[in-house]
Amino acid sequence: MPKGMTVIDKERCKGCGLCVAACPFGVLAFSEEHNSSGYNVAMAQHPEKCTACMVCAQICPDVAIEVYRLDRAESKGAA
Amino acid sequence: MSPVETSIPAGYTKVFGRPNSLSDAPTTYCPGCHHGVATRLVAEVIDELGIQERTVGIAPVGCAVFLYRFYRCDFVQAAHGRACAVATGLKRANPELIVFSYQGDGDLAAIGTAETVHAANRGENITVVFINNQIYGMTGGEMAPTTLAGQHTTTTPRGRDVATTGYPLKISEMLAQLDGPTYITRQSLHDAPHVAKARKALLTGFQNQVEGKGFSLVELVASCPTNFKMSPQKANKWLVEQALPAFPLGDLKVRD
Ligand code: SF4
Ligand code: SF4
Repeated sequence: MPKGMTVIDKERCKGCGLCVAACPFGVLAFSEEHNSSGYNVAMAQHPEKCTACMVCAQICPDVAIEVYRLDRAESKGAA
Repeated sequence: MSPVETSIPAGYTKVFGRPNSLSDAPTTYCPGCHHGVATRLVAEVIDELGIQERTVGIAPVGCAVFLYRFYRCDFVQAAHGRACAVATGLKRANPELIVFSYQGDGDLAAIGTAETVHAANRGENITVVFINNQIYGMTGGEMAPTTLAGQHTTTTPRGRDVATTGYPLKISEMLAQLDGPTYITRQSLHDAPHVAKARKALLTGFQNQVEGKGFSLVELVASCPTNFKMSPQKANKWLVEQALPAFPLGDLKVRD
């Protein structure tokens, strides 16, 4: 199980690309999808690389990203 | 907005989500605009200090004019530039309130300079959040007092000529010279570490008011990708290379 996981609210995303550029682990990318406002929304293309560092969420101007962290017990079990 | 309660597998704990003081309304800011980050940080600080029930924000004229929609707390929308005067009235009439203004450079540093300077000089016990994005956003990218020398805007198409339009106005440096203010700081929103520092500064700015310490102003150097006519990433780079040399970061005045 990856250490972290992001959930992007597609309707909030304005496709600015700041999270895509900022993620230190290359997790995020633009998807093929456009939301109801016509914005090309971001997605986790490599979710397995996510570390729950929250860099993406800290810089998303639309507060569209939630970040989840793998609990300790779970990460030990998975290792 | 769309529900985000998608499948979170067992064993994961939420470590970042929308602060409670932020409403569900989508912001009216452009894609990549740093206003969104600043707006969220203020909501997080309100949550952290547990002051949502007694906080009143003063919305400016400019891109943040609809601020009252974005928060779950009371708001007054002030006439252009008058936010610090309105904040003064509210705070003096009811000192129990936590009163903050949120203003851009067109609002605070142009038409509202007098109100800002005098509120600071009186040491009013209020918190001012000042977004310096070096341009007029809402009205179409005109030169602001904070526009950099040589910067291209719709009213300085050949670049700002300081010989005829003056120099970028350094509000925080000006206010830091006064005896009145308690806390004057300048931070930036161009990357995650600086966002974390900006959050800390905002926390101090609000905490000062809770403790009755007096006037705090947190200037946040921000980008306006739409009117810079740059991608959000390029605008961030431009902030670092062009804006920060003119607007150096750090605390300009700290009084205990
Ligand atoms: S939490 Fe960190 S690793 Fe995960 S997607 Fe966001 S920036 Fe990338
Ligand atoms: S930073 Fe936010 S708004 Fe911009 S692309 Fe990423 S999720 Fe979308």
